Amino acid sequence: MLLPACSGGESNVESGNREGVLHYGNGSEPQGLDPHVVTGVPENHLIRALFEGLTVKNPYTLEPEPGVAQSWDISDDGRVITFHINPEARWSNGDPVTADDYVWSWMRALHPEMGNLYAYMLFPVKNAEAFFSRKIDDFSEVGVKALDSQTLVVTLTDPTPYFLQLMDHYSTFAVHRPTIEKFGSFTDRFTKWTRVENIVGNGAFVLDEWLLNRRISVRKSDTYWDRDHVRLNKVVFYPTENAVSEERGFRAGQLHYTATIPMDKIPAYQAMENSPYYQEPYLGTYYYLVNTLRPPMNDARVRRALAMAVDRDTLMRSVMQNSAVSAYSITPPGTLGYQPPKTFEFDLDKARALLAEAGYPNGEGWPGVEIVYNTQEAHRKIAVALQQMWKDALNIQVTISNQEWKVYLDSVTNMDFDLARRGWIGDYVDPNNFLDLFLTGGGNNNTGYADPAYDELIQRVAPRAKTREERYAAFYKAETMLMEQMPIIPLYTYTSKHLMHHSVCGLPPNLMDSLNLKYVWLDPERTNSAEPCD
Amino acid sequence: MWRFISVRLLQAIPVLLAVITVTFFLVRVAPGGPFDSEKAVIPEVKAALEKQYRLDLPLFQQYTAYLGDLASGEFGPSFKYPGRSVNELIGAGLPVTAELGFYALLVAVLIGGLAGVIASLRPNTAQDYIPMSLAMIGICMPSFLLGPLLVLLFGIELEWLPVSGWGDIPGDKILPSITLGSGYAAYIARLSRAGMLEVLSQDYIRTARAKGLPEWQVVTKHALRGGLMPVVTFLGPAFAGLLAGSFVVETIFQIPGLGRFYVQAAFNRDYTMILGTTVFLSTLIVLFNLLSDIMAAWMNPRLRHQLGGGS
Repeated sequence: MLLPACSGGESNVESGNREGVLHYGNGSEPQGLDPHVVTGVPENHLIRALFEGLTVKNPYTLEPEPGVAQSWDISDDGRVITFHINPEARWSNGDPVTADDYVWSWMRALHPEMGNLYAYMLFPVKNAEAFFSRKIDDFSEVGVKALDSQTLVVTLTDPTPYFLQLMDHYSTFAVHRPTIEKFGSFTDRFTKWTRVENIVGNGAFVLDEWLLNRRISVRKSDTYWDRDHVRLNKVVFYPTENAVSEERGFRAGQLHYTATIPMDKIPAYQAMENSPYYQEPYLGTYYYLVNTLRPPMNDARVRRALAMAVDRDTLMRSVMQNSAVSAYSITPPGTLGYQPPKTFEFDLDKARALLAEAGYPNGEGWPGVEIVYNTQEAHRKIAVALQQMWKDALNIQVTISNQEWKVYLDSVTNMDFDLARRGWIGDYVDPNNFLDLFLTGGGNNNTGYADPAYDELIQRVAPRAKTREERYAAFYKAETMLMEQMPIIPLYTYTSKHLMHHSVCGLPPNLMDSLNLKYVWLDPERTNSAEPCD
Repeated sequence: MWRFISVRLLQAIPVLLAVITVTFFLVRVAPGGPFDSEKAVIPEVKAALEKQYRLDLPLFQQYTAYLGDLASGEFGPSFKYPGRSVNELIGAGLPVTAELGFYALLVAVLIGGLAGVIASLRPNTAQDYIPMSLAMIGICMPSFLLGPLLVLLFGIELEWLPVSGWGDIPGDKILPSITLGSGYAAYIARLSRAGMLEVLSQDYIRTARAKGLPEWQVVTKHALRGGLMPVVTFLGPAFAGLLAGSFVVETIFQIPGLGRFYVQAAFNRDYTMILGTTVFLSTLIVLFNLLSDIMAAWMNPRLRHQLGGGS
């Protein structure tokens, strides 16, 4: 994959700039390319190059823009959305993309035998969840209808302000029915329809080459409706799991863009003039789950004391190399204009007082707790720092225990922990995506937190709010309740971190770290990140 | 000889069956399953997935069904890469890993054999101590240290060789082969030195020298064949070991081989992939052991005679 600068030949970046070929570090080998089967970030980048949703997110604003749907109407009560499909939208074999494609594809995405991990993305659609959980068998009762080949009517259970965003999530994409049926049953996960020689998509690019664990290439599609605006001729995705090797490849001119960067390289890149390093807030929160059913953590005062005794700013500076932002809530600040409450701050006196009130003055009588994290150096450093901060500030003993990934997942699911490291990355830009984690009995709750008043705000009040302000007020109230009970200890908001060659244009950092290759181009003349692109 | 081979092949069957059985049940005992992920999996989805992979059957039934698949040469679909069969993934990774293993073995035999022979000619002198100390360092230095050191020196500082990749540009196979081969070179150096020392003290060597043959002819014509015997018996297991143990080198140099799949499969609880690669590699190890036994027999007339083959 990687060519040294010494070999006399052109580097990938040089030849790519000349030929309009982007060399993109994509993290890891994708599980596959079936939008209704796979999950993951590398898969997302590839699928969104090969397929297109009804809407696409503008990479600068993240607002939905026309994709397969050239326009849409929303009924006054917000429950019915009518999508008008672009008559120019084509599959890569030339077939037109129709409303019926969507009805069939959503049936596939929701089919209980499909085992689609992201089926819940369509649950706002009326009766979708009932069909998925086999409460109804007749898909015609689900709220998606094709009025004609270019009109798709979607009926929602409740108004869902973020529904248009979901149309850019690959789990809601249409797939080409004849191709899938040609290679087996439509719910079969194991067919070969996504192979290079078989796959039919409707995106700006088509699959050109797929060498396992080596590279995947896509080239510009001849049938894509907006092909005149696609400026890249080809994109080569590299599955480079080892961040150190990836960074070396970037330095050797093999990659235009890296999936990430090793933590210890960040200070050097930050100090560099005209640096290719880009760091932006990312829609994700790093926090500790608290098992609220186990003493001593079943006392909210103890939980709050621990949260207040963490000096996040020092943690960010020393451990995180300023590559993350201190967090005091679950929802990242500025999630589509929403500002979460800050119900506490770093306050040692208050922390000590709360702990004393709970029966452990100066740590006396403290039974000891354990932090569980999945084996990774960055998690270990944070756990050690917290252990020390709590020892120094509250005089309490905390042990730390690393577990292999799947063992750790098992511990979290079975709530076999006192404190467990956790991260949540948003699937769509809306506070709901973070706050519905803590609904009573929710699959990702894992803390034992249960409050009917909280559930009411998230499930009833917010969806029925008339305005965005009213809705956010409900979220704010709920999040305040949540953070007062502190079933989680938020630590930081993630950032996306990449190395990007100066020639890359139209790939702005955004909250979702969302890539839309349709907007990307290469400007070989550009030698400085401050220069505008041509 | 044929009887020897067929007996050894028959002996391999219970060995492989034991490997399959132990692996099959051990991976199921490990906490966490293939479908566990950071985001909670809806029970309905989990049930559908388990059905597609036959995990809804009782464990013993899954085991017998798996044996049935194996009998027909099928390792089943991968959990991590739906749409890819384990056979296909092994097929994609094996040629690369085998090539890497072959070059590494070449490095090991050439460097190790030469060092061992040179050392054995002047035992307990500088000509012995220097290559043998280097061999000791080679054994002690793990590939996850040697690899990056070589990359830093030859890839980044001197810019002589590519830092990663496999078969895309000239020279990218050199550093991984040396990294993987060096540990084995060290073993081979020690083995060949010991073998040569033993042979060089034998009567027929003294006879050869007494006949007035030049020393290089004594070594190449008479001593090498016997002296390298221990190396030959080591080659089979070494090659199998190189195939199974190339993971670290494949990761450092971004090589799309079998080793990476193997270790990732364990982390992902990709049951069929873990089993498939384990069974496949165990079969290879058994076969290579057999092969090196046959070669040893062929090189050793006494043993060959005992087995009733050849003249």
